[in-house]
Amino acid sequence: MKHWWLVWGLCASMAWAGEAQPMADNPQVEARLVVIAEELRCLVCQNESLASSHAELAEDLRREVRKLIAQGMTDAQIKTYLVDRYGDFVLYRPPVKPLTWPLWFGPFVLLALAVWGLLRYMRQRKALVQQRMTAADTAQADSLLKD
Amino acid sequence: MKKFLIPLFLFFGLVVFLAVGLKRDPREIPSPLVGKPAPAFTLPTLSGDKPFSPADLKGQVWLFNVWATWCVACREEHPLLVEFSKTQRIPIVGLSYKEIQAADQANGPLSEEAKLALARERSQRFLQRQGDPYKLSVMDLDGRVGIDYGVYGVPETYVIDQAGVIRYKQVGPVTPELLQTTILPLIQSLEKS
Repeated sequence: MKHWWLVWGLCASMAWAGEAQPMADNPQVEARLVVIAEELRCLVCQNESLASSHAELAEDLRREVRKLIAQGMTDAQIKTYLVDRYGDFVLYRPPVKPLTWPLWFGPFVLLALAVWGLLRYMRQRKALVQQRMTAADTAQADSLLKD
Repeated sequence: MKKFLIPLFLFFGLVVFLAVGLKRDPREIPSPLVGKPAPAFTLPTLSGDKPFSPADLKGQVWLFNVWATWCVACREEHPLLVEFSKTQRIPIVGLSYKEIQAADQANGPLSEEAKLALARERSQRFLQRQGDPYKLSVMDLDGRVGIDYGVYGVPETYVIDQAGVIRYKQVGPVTPELLQTTILPLIQSLEKS
């Protein structure tokens, strides 16, 4: 291997790079940032998460979250920090509280109503069918089918 | 009641819901800061006088207006603010929000001093030309104070009371109607209490 020194040089420079880590390159911080930011909404382009948005505010907020991670805040604390400033709106998963009950439980109420309606309808239909078919009718139908 | 009318009523119910949904502005997000103390900060001013912090205005009702020269909607709002400041009703403090944008640093990053100098020069030129409604403006170059105030779209305007509590927040330009129907009555009632 002629260029072994080159390989060695590259490895050494990589080792150097590992030493002075800018915060953005710390993979642990970045991983946590992505997990947190994916649960947060970018306020400028509202259908994008904070993790994927290129808006300037999103960049600022990501920088802020990085700083908070570095300060040793838990994920929950970081979310509270942002909710205190921007409101529940920044959360993609709104908290369960009386105001959001219709949002969380409304679909189940609708489902229950639909099931109740369906059962009622089926019971009515069954009663109707039984009412109409007398024993004589059944016998006649049977004899017709046999032919 | 005729059964066939039920779908019709359901349909009208749906129409009402959708109509209300259409009328609402999704950009209007209720601020959790209303009713809370205005976040503290100390920032350099545009004029270069001593740094300002909100506590300096304790005891009076004041307007806090977030602006920038690159912000088009701020220009729209500006004449109204100038008009309002002429009435000398209450002081308006400006927050020059992220005056230095990424485009300004296309040829390499600027030092903090250079950023502040450029932001001051540009803001002062703007105010000389368009009129200066501000008692003073503070320079929030990196937008840190903006984050504390939950700023997400410039211009934004806050009404802050004597005790330093945020009483109202407007996202987007202040309009003459808003000033007459909401902000002025609010100032009046705050000054009475």
